Amino acid sequence: MAKDNVMGSSSKRREDVRFLKGRGRYTDDMNRPGQTYAYILRSWSAHATLNSVDTAAASEAEGVIRVFTGKDIEEAGLGGVPCGWEITDKNGDPMKEPAHPILATGKVRHVGDPIAVVVAETYQQARDAAEMIDIDMTDLPAVVDMRTAETLGTGVHDEAPDNLCYDWELGDAAATDAAFASAAHVTTLEFINNRLVANPMEPRCAIGDYDQDADHYTLYTTSQNPHVIRLLMGAFVLSIPEHKLRVYAPDVGGGFGTKIFHYAEEAFVTWASAQIKRPVKWTSDRSEAFISDAHGRDHVTKAELALDAEGKFLALRADTRANMGAYLSTFAPCVPTWLHGTLLAGQYATPAVHCRVRAMFTNTVPVDAYRGAGRPEATYLLERIINKAAQELGMDQAELRRKNFIRSFPYDTPVALQYDTGDYDATLDAVLKMADYDGFAARKAESASRGKLRGIGLSCYIEACGIAPSSLVGALGARAGLYEAATIRVNPTGSVTVMTGSHSHGQGHETTFAQVVSDALGIPEDQIEIVHGDTDKIPFGMGTYGSRSLAVGGSAIVKAVDKVVAKGKKIAAHLLEAAESDIVFEDGQYKVAGTDKAKAFAEVSLAAYVPHNYPIEEIEPGLEETAFYDPKNFTYPAGSYLCEVEVDPQTGKVEIVALSASDDFGNVVNPMIVEGQVHGGLAQGLGQAMLENAAYDEHGQLVAGSYMDYAMPLAVDLPSFNVETAEGTPCTHNPLGVKGCGEAGAIGSPPALVNAVVNALQDHGIDHIDMPLSPLRVWTAIQNASVKQAAE
Amino acid sequence: MATISMTVNGKQVSGEAQGNTLLVEFLREELKMTGTHVGCDTSQCGACVVHVNGESVKSCTTFVSALDGAEVTTIEGMANDDGTLGVIQQAFQDEHGLQCGFCTPGMVMTIADMLNNNPQPTEAEIREGLKGNICRCTGYHNIVKAAQSAAATLSGAKQAAE
Repeated sequence: MAKDNVMGSSSKRREDVRFLKGRGRYTDDMNRPGQTYAYILRSWSAHATLNSVDTAAASEAEGVIRVFTGKDIEEAGLGGVPCGWEITDKNGDPMKEPAHPILATGKVRHVGDPIAVVVAETYQQARDAAEMIDIDMTDLPAVVDMRTAETLGTGVHDEAPDNLCYDWELGDAAATDAAFASAAHVTTLEFINNRLVANPMEPRCAIGDYDQDADHYTLYTTSQNPHVIRLLMGAFVLSIPEHKLRVYAPDVGGGFGTKIFHYAEEAFVTWASAQIKRPVKWTSDRSEAFISDAHGRDHVTKAELALDAEGKFLALRADTRANMGAYLSTFAPCVPTWLHGTLLAGQYATPAVHCRVRAMFTNTVPVDAYRGAGRPEATYLLERIINKAAQELGMDQAELRRKNFIRSFPYDTPVALQYDTGDYDATLDAVLKMADYDGFAARKAESASRGKLRGIGLSCYIEACGIAPSSLVGALGARAGLYEAATIRVNPTGSVTVMTGSHSHGQGHETTFAQVVSDALGIPEDQIEIVHGDTDKIPFGMGTYGSRSLAVGGSAIVKAVDKVVAKGKKIAAHLLEAAESDIVFEDGQYKVAGTDKAKAFAEVSLAAYVPHNYPIEEIEPGLEETAFYDPKNFTYPAGSYLCEVEVDPQTGKVEIVALSASDDFGNVVNPMIVEGQVHGGLAQGLGQAMLENAAYDEHGQLVAGSYMDYAMPLAVDLPSFNVETAEGTPCTHNPLGVKGCGEAGAIGSPPALVNAVVNALQDHGIDHIDMPLSPLRVWTAIQNASVKQAAE
Repeated sequence: MATISMTVNGKQVSGEAQGNTLLVEFLREELKMTGTHVGCDTSQCGACVVHVNGESVKSCTTFVSALDGAEVTTIEGMANDDGTLGVIQQAFQDEHGLQCGFCTPGMVMTIADMLNNNPQPTEAEIREGLKGNICRCTGYHNIVKAAQSAAATLSGAKQAAE
């Protein structure tokens, strides 16, 4: 029997034991017999003509097996790194999609662009030999600032001399203009959403292993979605059919989006392994990760909010430039468009919304999805401009939001989404209570008595998760479906092996998915094994991102379980000599309704594999079912966050005093894991708001290229969090009623923190400071405001 | 190349090392003990923390050539003799102090050293003591709780023994 209430219980994570004993199996922990090591020589120039690459000396160095350049790749006829999403611009034209070669030829386009690879017997030999490669480059002007990229006269790519990838719009421009014309008040906010580096603690790693006897390739890689890598790399880069290519991602040490994408290094080691007939391993170091992992965010935006005299939102207008970097990464084009523009209604019944997005090529590392992907940018835009409006109108930040909440569902937004369910008052009420919003004035006075400025900032976010209905995303430009697959293999003695296309990189799927199956089949969790990450074992999969694993992957598991139970009922009916329609399955027993006749789950499983007494004319032996689940809609997690800060006006230092979060994730399977996901998201969001900035200088050099310069949030930077998961409104269209929780913290928290700091400084006349709110920026804002106030 | 001998997790081991071989390379490549991780190249993330002669060090910035005869403890040496999780490891599981698990070995080793020196740290002291370890998954919330829980268990066990 399963233990009671397995759903909703905080089962301890089964994967923890191996991690805690140092027995996790990450890609870099693996080594293949006869393995060689690759070192990648990368461009130190942001933009240059590549005149020549002389590898003669390096090729002769000790231990070197081969040195590869872009010319070798070109001669082999390999494809470039593909992009998985095509955006159609506002004129109906496809986006500009320049080639993204595995190794640069002709030009380098960002610091970190790979030029040559040394493959040697040891890593040290490969690295030493790379220093002997003689490269002749002629620097070109670097395109860095998106605001001047169109008129600079230098193109990152010949196909886009104005550096414009696409100019896209969503929403009714005329209706929005009309609403602005009749508005009692218009609030305007111009801001930068700062560029971030995802920084999973495990650097990327890839091992290519070609088996010449079987003409078969294996790629071991740090990936959130091995099947997607097999599809993209096999079909578009190396022309290897699926049955000749296995992609295996063992334990993955964090991803946060940046391990979704197909990277050139994966294709290189796979291909090179066949060239030298030995395995090739590449492991990124952290400095290399900063200039080769896809970055996140990086928007420059002007937003306007039109309100009537009572504070009702009439319309929202947004004009954004989004950085694509030097090449289009796998999902890059959809992030500032369909994952950003569509979220601009937020939790509010704004009748008209219009959003324009210009995606720009620059001489910087490619930018793609990072925890939240477009939704943090949309939430920041909306939640910041609402607070600025409240400040201008002298209204309470909570009351202004409450005036505008959507309260009737399903709700069709003016930006293409249909919210199925939600209760925004509930999470707002909860967070105001959790954070003692009413007691803020007293705390502010107490802080003031110590010379500190206290502020409180609210943010009410919504996100679209459970990505996504395939037909819908196909219409929007996705070059793949976004369903998920699962196989339930019931073994003869009644244990269960679950093969899932979702792939944990820290989310605890081995625990949560076992809880789901335990609950559905009424068998103990320890009788259930979760298998993931290996294209040879799992039928198919689209992987883990966009808070989709439980909502989409979990739903596929439930569908497969339903098929198992349906077949089990036929077997049980035969064994119990009853009509199939009289069989009910509950608590791990097939029962004849209204009688005490029953067969246990394991008895039916055994009968399926030892079919002596079996309805063999009607059904086949065995008990294994596969299901694909294609979601009917996105899911819409939502919640309210309150951040309270103390600012030291002498130094500009911000201290986060409290962070309270109330989230509606629908049903929750494992509250412990869900709260842990929120904690981690909050840390990344607060990191964006206060610390992190992947800054480039005007020459295209990444100034923050290591942990010396890129401020990762440390334990001392953060408080303990006050996180509660609301009773919630279950998702109406997936079988588990779940919405997804992985990105919420990173989406909701940046505006909460900035709103809190601006709230603390509002008496100085400050109404905005761009992230990250470093002491220097805050101090400078205070000084400038003081000078301005003195002048007035 | 020189032959280096040391005690790792109570076992006498030896292996070949060059002058510039780092302790973490020696552990991972020579001894095939892959529990100790490398997460950065500037000695900041702490995924590589091990104990050398009873004190936590970053094995990514320690030359193994200087450690002939040293006593080294790694994450692989932190479980109980019967294979069950040690007190700090168990506290990490109970408090959900890990997600992807990559920084975890360094966190456990740092906290073990911290609690040796300060058996009952305050939350602020724990956070201060974790300055040399970066976690990207947990927001540190549950790592702090795990350290507090381990401290309580260890001091309870000590009191019971006295």
